[in-house]
Parts: sequence; C-alpha cells; structure tokens
Amino acid sequence: MIEIAIDKKIKTYKGYSRLLVEDSFPLSSVTKVYGPSGIGKTTFLKIIAGLITPDQGIIKVAGQTWLDTQKKINLPPQERKAGFVFQDYALFPNMTALEHLQYATQDQQLVGRLLRAGQMETFAGHRPQQLSGGQQQRLAILRALAQRPALLLMDEAFSAMDDELRETLITELKILLKEFGTTTIIVSHHAQETLGFADRSLKID
Amino acid sequence: MEWTPIWLSLKLAAITTLILLVIGIPLAYWLSRRSSLLKVIIEAILTMPLVLPPSVLGFYLLLSFSPNSILGKWLLEYFNLSLVFSFEGLVVASVIYSLPFMVSPVKSALAHLPASLAEASYTMGKSKFETFCRVLLPNIKSSLWTATVLTFAHTLGEFGVVLMIGGKLEGITKVASIAIYDAVDNNQYHEANLYSLVLFAITFVIVILVFILNRNSLKGPLE
Repeated sequence: MIEIAIDKKIKTYKGYSRLLVEDSFPLSSVTKVYGPSGIGKTTFLKIIAGLITPDQGIIKVAGQTWLDTQKKINLPPQERKAGFVFQDYALFPNMTALEHLQYATQDQQLVGRLLRAGQMETFAGHRPQQLSGGQQQRLAILRALAQRPALLLMDEAFSAMDDELRETLITELKILLKEFGTTTIIVSHHAQETLGFADRSLKID
Repeated sequence: MEWTPIWLSLKLAAITTLILLVIGIPLAYWLSRRSSLLKVIIEAILTMPLVLPPSVLGFYLLLSFSPNSILGKWLLEYFNLSLVFSFEGLVVASVIYSLPFMVSPVKSALAHLPASLAEASYTMGKSKFETFCRVLLPNIKSSLWTATVLTFAHTLGEFGVVLMIGGKLEGITKVASIAIYDAVDNNQYHEANLYSLVLFAITFVIVILVFILNRNSLKGPLE
C-alpha cells in the first residue's frame, strides 16, 4: 500500500490556496488524478517525487517512509527514484532516444525491450528535436520506466498521442507495469485519455 | 615589431580564461538557482567591472595590491608575492575584470533551461553534480563557447586595468594593447599598425571559429 497525506499552501492565479490530499493507493494500481486547472495536480506529483516539499505530510511507499514532516524525514528525489513523466516531457536535447534510456538504466536488455514496446526502435538514434510530439511523449514514458520504478508519476502523459497509438502503448505499458510491480498515478484532464488504463480515480478540488 | 607583447597578451588571455572557466561556471550555476538578496548583491558586485571605468578598477586594485596595504603586505610576507607590476598581478586583475563576461552568459543560459530537465535527472537517481555535467552543461554549449570567447577577447583587449596595475615593463607586463599605445606615443605608427593588425586578426579568427562551432548548436524541443 502507498499512503499519502499532504498539506501545502500553493500560489494560484486567484491568490493562495491549500493543496490537501489524503489517500491510500493499492500496490500495482493505476490511479487517475483529476480536478480543475491550477488546483495543484502537478505539485501533488512533484511532492511525491521529492521535487517539492509540502508544509506537512507523510508519504509511505510499501512500508518505506519517503516523507514524514513531523519526524523530519524527507528522502531526496535521488533516493525515491519515482518514475516521472513530465508534462513538458523534460527530454534532454543533447541525447538521442537510446542515450535517454541508457542514462536511466544500465540494463541493455531492458533498453531494447522498452524501445520495442514504444515502437521507437527506428528512432533510437534521433534527438528529441528530430521526433514528433507523440514520439517525444513516448520516449518520456519509456525513460521513466527504465529504472523499474516502484511508483510511476505521469503528468498528462498521453496528451500528444492519437487514439490508436495510445491504446497500443497502454497495452504494452500494462504488461511492463505488472511485471515491475509499479504503482501508477496519472494526472489527466480527459476521461477518454486514461480509459482502459486507470482502475481507480482521485479527485483533487 | 617585437612579438613579446603579443605573446604576453595571448598568455594572459589564455590563463585568465582557464581560471574563469574553473571558477566562473560553478559561480554562474549558483547564481542561476533561486534568487536571494545575497545573490543580488553578489551579482551586482560581479557586474561592477562592466560599468566601472577600467582606470577606476585598476586604481583600486593598485591600492589593494600595493605592499603598503594589508592585503599586499600579507601576500608579500606569507607567499613572497607582489601583485603590483608583475604578470601574476595582471592575471588576478584580469580575472576580476573579465569575470562578468564569463558568468553572465553562462548564468543566463542555465536560468533559461527548463527546471524539469534537472528534475527529470534527479528522479533517475542522478546527483546534482552528475546532472550538471551530463545534462545542464551540454545543453548550454553554445553559451559556454560565447562566454569563453568573450572572456578571451576581452582580456586580449584590456588596457586601463593592465596599465594601472602592471605599467609597461618589457617582457613582463607590456601586453599588446600597451605596446600599441606606447608606439603611438612615440610616433611609431607603423609599429602600432602592425600590433593592431595582429590583434584584429587573432580576434577575428576566434570569433569566426565560435560561429562555426555554434552553427549546428542544439535547440531544446521546447524552443
């Protein structure tokens, strides 16, 4: 089980508001997080990854405490190693698709497998600026998976893909996530996007 | 025409640029992170050489390095080092004078990189240092070249600071820009012209080289 309870004051275009989330996520589940724009969904994911520190909170992943503000425990992102698919993809312009995966893992077999799963084999030598939006997004997902994360955090991760490609990728993803025992939290604005992928949902408002 | 002033100028510019690459890049990285009042003050101090008349900077450095000052006395006593009218003094003065030319372009480039690049690397277990070397630096390559060339060229063309702190000792502190001034002062226009042409050619070649190197500079997918 993954237990998350956080409280953070966040700045929005309307002024300040509080991001309050408390939920338990079954291991290997896929949870869709939704809610109005600017409510703090991306901040929520970044808090889990250790990129932002909340005012108060507890994060426990499969018995390991990642964050406990009262006990002053706050593992850095390097130790949490959550897979993170950024909304802007965060691909490295200086690396090819293959180098992105090799940066994340030493496991060459897994690299090959991920490239096949994402239908990216022919683009392995391409840099992000030579890839289409959909290809960049797939690469961002594959890179996040390359370290076999306990927790995969996806921020609008299917937004640039057409329906056919998304469905194919979801099928491949589900196989990999099951094999790695990865729990997934995906932020999405569109119900259609996570159809057949998420098995539970969490509303932030 | 004596080649020593040209050689001295090139040596001074190369040493200054190397030193500034070592101290300027980490400084630029630190300044590019979240802003604070302390950083604003430090950045303002670092930018002063850009706006101050070189003679003012040179004058204060001359006072600071003089054997009568606390710093000058300490350097002489403990390290047997005199920074006035010496090549070492020129190097220290040039490092201070050219610091903003190295720091500003690098800092600006680092600040413009999306924060998510470093964040993505951290979530993959990479340290800040590894992220800096393998993700951030390669993606500001063109700015690094620009900063290096600006620093080199700026040091090559230094005059006021060099004259104040080093004077014009033959083979020690008489760099090319001083040699040009000296030649004009002595009505040796032909010699001044030769020095000027050599300096112009060197600078032009360096600038062309950078344009060639940056011709295929990478652009981020979000640019």
